[in-house]
Amino acid sequence: MELSKKDLRLKIDELSSSIGVFKGLDIQVGRIIDDEWEEPMGPTPFPSIGTFRDWDRKLLERYKPFYMPFCDLCCLCTFGKCDLTGDKKGACGLTMAAQQSRIVLLACCIGASTHCAHARHMMDHLIEMYGRDHKLDIAINTNVQAPNSRLVCGIRPKTLRDLEDILDYVETQLVQLTATAHTGQEGDNIDFESKAFHAGMLDHVAMEVADLCQISTLDFPKGVADAPMTEIGFGSIDTSKAVVMCIGHNVLPSVDIIDYLMENKLFEEVEVGGLCCTAHDNSRYDKRAKVLGPISWQLRYIRTGIPDVVVVDEQCLRTDIVDEAQKIGAPVIATSEKSMLGLPNRTHDPSDEIVEDLVEGRTPGVLILEPDKVGEVVVKTALKMKPKRAGFKPLSMEELVELAGNCRGCMECVMACPNNLPVMDAVKAAAEGAVEALAEIQPMCVGCARCESACPEDLPIISFLTKAAEEKEMTDSFAIRVGRGAVTDVEIREVGRGIVFGEIPGVVALVGCANYPKGGLEVADIAEEFLKRRFIVVATGCAAMDLALRKDEDGLNLYEKYPGNFDAGGLLNIGSCVSNAHITGAAIKIANIFAKRPLRANYEEIADYIYNRVGAVGIAWGAMSQKAASIASGCWRLGIPVIVGPHGSKYRRNLLGRADKEEDWITLDARTGEEKYVGPAPEHLFYSAETLEEAMVMTAKLSMRPNDTTKGRAVKLSHYVDLHKTYYGTMPDDLHQYVRVEADVPFTMKEEVLGIIKEKGWEEGKIGMLDPTLLRRMVR
Amino acid sequence: MSAKMRTGQTAEIPGPKKANVIPQPKVAVSMIKRAERPLLVVGSKAPDIETNDGDLVDSAIRFLKTGVTVVATGHLSKTFRDRGVEVYSMQFMNLGDRLRDPGWAGFDGKGPYDIVLFVGTLYYMEWLVQSGLKSFAQDLRTVSLGNAYQPNASWSMGSSPMKNWLTALDDIIKGLEEGK
Repeated sequence: MELSKKDLRLKIDELSSSIGVFKGLDIQVGRIIDDEWEEPMGPTPFPSIGTFRDWDRKLLERYKPFYMPFCDLCCLCTFGKCDLTGDKKGACGLTMAAQQSRIVLLACCIGASTHCAHARHMMDHLIEMYGRDHKLDIAINTNVQAPNSRLVCGIRPKTLRDLEDILDYVETQLVQLTATAHTGQEGDNIDFESKAFHAGMLDHVAMEVADLCQISTLDFPKGVADAPMTEIGFGSIDTSKAVVMCIGHNVLPSVDIIDYLMENKLFEEVEVGGLCCTAHDNSRYDKRAKVLGPISWQLRYIRTGIPDVVVVDEQCLRTDIVDEAQKIGAPVIATSEKSMLGLPNRTHDPSDEIVEDLVEGRTPGVLILEPDKVGEVVVKTALKMKPKRAGFKPLSMEELVELAGNCRGCMECVMACPNNLPVMDAVKAAAEGAVEALAEIQPMCVGCARCESACPEDLPIISFLTKAAEEKEMTDSFAIRVGRGAVTDVEIREVGRGIVFGEIPGVVALVGCANYPKGGLEVADIAEEFLKRRFIVVATGCAAMDLALRKDEDGLNLYEKYPGNFDAGGLLNIGSCVSNAHITGAAIKIANIFAKRPLRANYEEIADYIYNRVGAVGIAWGAMSQKAASIASGCWRLGIPVIVGPHGSKYRRNLLGRADKEEDWITLDARTGEEKYVGPAPEHLFYSAETLEEAMVMTAKLSMRPNDTTKGRAVKLSHYVDLHKTYYGTMPDDLHQYVRVEADVPFTMKEEVLGIIKEKGWEEGKIGMLDPTLLRRMVR
Repeated sequence: MSAKMRTGQTAEIPGPKKANVIPQPKVAVSMIKRAERPLLVVGSKAPDIETNDGDLVDSAIRFLKTGVTVVATGHLSKTFRDRGVEVYSMQFMNLGDRLRDPGWAGFDGKGPYDIVLFVGTLYYMEWLVQSGLKSFAQDLRTVSLGNAYQPNASWSMGSSPMKNWLTALDDIIKGLEEGK
């Protein structure tokens, strides 16, 4: 008998029974529905790409896309290029609005596919290692495991086997979505937008599957507030040891490296440092693995010349990593079919032969697709490369000064820099021996190296920055609490009421990449501002790293100052990119556990609940990737607003509410069916802020929800007003849209606020306080 | 493509429809003076850009005194306020969204603006907002007054050395001040 990967398949060569003898019996059964689950199946199990069209349109009617074409042309088919500017249409009939939304959809499909492919690779490998019947064990004190999967698919995964059905579904849907972007398919921009939402929803399911797999099998922390501390920063690396640098998002090859070090008691001789989400997940596996920093630091760390071996898995890698590693004489070991980088496939060769070829420099790197082989090759190579590379000297200060003298002053570096950093002036100063300006701009560098690419003299500007800041950076080390994974059911029970009624002012989710306008410390600024105000702050990915990178006068950083539990004033490192599913999962669980709303395949009702009641705001201050786009998109469909930094405007559109149009904010009272104006809460669904200060004020504002109690609204308004006064120097001019009754006004500012809003014609009761819903079927 | 049409950031190349370069300050003065409801958008970088008046916030205050409505984006309105001047405040994205709506009656409720000037913005954000307006607010005239060419505006200052730009900006403001 065999059980296939997909459905139940019973295959018997010969069976004798009382009714006869069967030969070549082959019985296949489709998807197994969990009939032990007492919760009845909801209305939308395994939704298709059009199932939530009406819900999406409700949101998109309120939050209309403001398109900002990044390109006026469409060049996807051979009719083109087509100019779509203004009223023009392409040869296929597509408008500019539809083309922009089509690109948004494609970005979200790429992002969701990336997480899905990651999950598939991980699941297949872990099933091989642990078997399909391996039980999922996600978090302590938790019954509602896999809330995204339950909500979307209507199944309750208990074992690795159950996750296969879920991923099959996600993959099928992603193919459907990608097909709609073909020439001559979808033509309406709002339908494209709805499909982008669908891709985002699928993404959260895929991310959940990936993290459930690894948490359950690799013994990651299971929702514990006091997850272990490890170190982050270049200074955390003991450079007297051989150094392995792991970059990417898929932990499996790194797990084998760590296992090999443990089995062979080599942790005293080899240091493992990671960049980006692989680093998070390495540290979840073993806290002795160090976190070098966010993805934007990969080139910077290579240029130090420290790594003896570079290991890459998948996602957000520099695609020129082989060239870069060759410059410092470090071999590269690629481990994923998704990024093979032109390297020879040595998966089936003897380990010692591979090591010898790498150490002798016969090949700049190798591809090893079997994670179980990576550990031995990497560690042996690192140990042999360490003495061999001892003579390697990175750029010296004298060389820096001499090379800087070649600067032509053409400004190409400044024009190429995404943040227009004053690179040329700094290089010119360095030519005179003053490298302080280079050191000053280094923390704001996003590590893209476009400056180098643009430089007609091929100056190694990233190396200049690295050298200039070396003294401080190489000794910097900070504490970071390793990713804890899911928020537990018990935590949700304890804070659900406070969040839904607004007494906990909000949940701020700091998510995403490191394409910051002014350096990563701005993330620490945001986190600290809201932690002091007793918001719950959750973080993942590069943002969870960057907020660790500053100490106060007592030498403590935010992870050391704030507890790791899901409660007011808590700072949670949830984990890597795929752990983002636990953030939406927490919002879903508030609706299910606190409010007892049915979860199973009941997406619209839960999204409606979250949108109207859960004051959560996502902030992706350095959003860069297509994955960040799809993660945000999954939040939008659940009614969670997302703020991105200024570079996020390059996602081509914002989803903006019009606070000045009262008719846009009419909501149903679930008790009476009456329609009522509820004010613009939350005002926007996707919003690019120009400055950090603007983002902080907007975060407080977007935390308001129609369901806030008067006490809750007063708490939220007090933060909004206080932040506005701090950063704008005055009272907000839209308070009349958020004060529903006098009791909403914070006591300490009652007179002032009432005076202002009455001047604007405010009347008590104009803004409804109701049991809010956008769904007519929810009216009782 | 002339040097004046070189964009302020690498690869921010124009589409088929691109901004006219303002050949002389007097052309900009004439456009603004002809407008009935001009609006100046001042971005968050304004305090970092030195001008003959001090910085771009000071220069914007001179615009304000000529009768041009001024709106500060980001959290810049505080800087104006700290200098004793009240201007309108709106987030850049929100403002772009309002400007594409021909039914938006402006900050004072008196009707849509007929010419929108930009200065002191993050280059790429202005590029994008003007791209949105180019396609979705085709009747709106947009003018970029920064020192790097913005291809998606209707009219833009050409890219030029800082000294030349400062002189041109000063000449535009002087032109508006004349006769006031």
